[in-house]
Amino acid sequence: MDKNISFTLKVWRQRGPKEKGHFQTIPVKDMPGDTSFLEMLDIVNEELINKGEEPIVFDHDCREGICGMCSLYINGHPHGPATGATTCQIYIRRFNDGDVVTVEPWRSAGFPVIRDLMVDRGAYDKIMQAGGYVSVNTGGIPDANAIPIPKPVADEAMDAAACIGCGACVAACKNGSAMLFVSAKVSQLALLPQGKVEAARRAKAMLAKMDELGFGNCTNTRACEAECPKCISISNIARLNREFISAKLKD
Amino acid sequence: MWLSNSSIGRKVVMSVTGLALILFLTFHMAMNLVAIFSADAYNMICEFLGANWYALVATAGLGALVVIHIIYAFWLTMQNRAARGSERYAVSAKPKGVEWASQNMLVLGIIVLLGLALHLFNFWAKMQLPEVLHMLGMHVDTANVTNGVYHIQNTFSCPVYSILYLVWLAALWFHLTHGFWSALHTLGWNNKIWFERWRMIGNIYSTIVVLGFAVVVLYYWLCGGSCC
Repeated sequence: MDKNISFTLKVWRQRGPKEKGHFQTIPVKDMPGDTSFLEMLDIVNEELINKGEEPIVFDHDCREGICGMCSLYINGHPHGPATGATTCQIYIRRFNDGDVVTVEPWRSAGFPVIRDLMVDRGAYDKIMQAGGYVSVNTGGIPDANAIPIPKPVADEAMDAAACIGCGACVAACKNGSAMLFVSAKVSQLALLPQGKVEAARRAKAMLAKMDELGFGNCTNTRACEAECPKCISISNIARLNREFISAKLKD
Repeated sequence: MWLSNSSIGRKVVMSVTGLALILFLTFHMAMNLVAIFSADAYNMICEFLGANWYALVATAGLGALVVIHIIYAFWLTMQNRAARGSERYAVSAKPKGVEWASQNMLVLGIIVLLGLALHLFNFWAKMQLPEVLHMLGMHVDTANVTNGVYHIQNTFSCPVYSILYLVWLAALWFHLTHGFWSALHTLGWNNKIWFERWRMIGNIYSTIVVLGFAVVVLYYWLCGGSCC
């Protein structure tokens, strides 16, 4: 049995995109250690509603670490202190009695705050719409062995495809750059024969969209890789650079 | 032009100019080492790289590289600050695996630039510049313009200059340790295996370059270029 923990929650409150935000301090008493971070926010919200106050707005969906909907910048880390885990996979037992737990939204020009801890990550959808797909008529399914793909390549593509598009890379980046996301999405397709055909067009279109939406220029600090809940490697960024530069040199 | 209107293009410019400057540092360091072994040989190099047309062309090219590197650095930094938005995190922690240098390249670059200004004042303004002015018909003292060792002794006999130069070299070391692998990464010449290799090669290379410079400073500071 986990012991109960009491701590101070310092949470960002902002009524709307244009309003000025501030921190609200909420004491949390005797929270069981096996409560997930989002459940804790649910409990706090219930208390706020019972008191007649506005609940804290935050994004969440699957609560099992695969949908990429939860966010939250907890104590200086996107998705909190754990490595390779999303906010919904963080448990209160990670914190100590008497801690101050600061919760902020992703802060980046590309992800404007909608309310409290919820940010607009529509920019990622726009980048995907710009080229993150394979535009061929799929037809019938070919036999799995009809297109041989070496195991290491398949693994690398799968690792890149593990990106859930949560935006932690942008949140962690001091340059507000979305390169880790874009490079993972470019890589997962460019590595495989079906996606290779359009690799050059895809890299150019997705990068142009990323630049247009106001994300920053990557300076290889590796903060994204360290904070990514899916441990996406920055070797994908090198691949995107390679694809993009060779595409431009061919033009 | 993709070298100015795409984020990767802008970084390619930073990478290529940066790598070219690393190459320049390597030659510069190798020539400096000559000053330890033979003062005459060093002065011959100074004469060779004085106000001759090829040396002047190379100097202009080098100046252009430095200027482009700096302009792009400020340009990228301004864009990146804008991309970060107006609100800053109240609490931020440095994730593990993030080098200090990688997040402070601009500050390190500014220190390197200030050191460069001092360096130009100490040497270039007393060597190539008066020679050029003399060629343009101005009356300047050109007695010591190719006597490099004389200027080295003059500068490093002053401990303040020696310490400033060592601080400058330390900043340069931090700048290079990140810049080296980062440049190759930006050019796309990297993957999971080569990542650690490039970092190691970059660390060793920058250490050799910076030590090569530092040895000359220490040699002329501590024994005035006469002990051997």
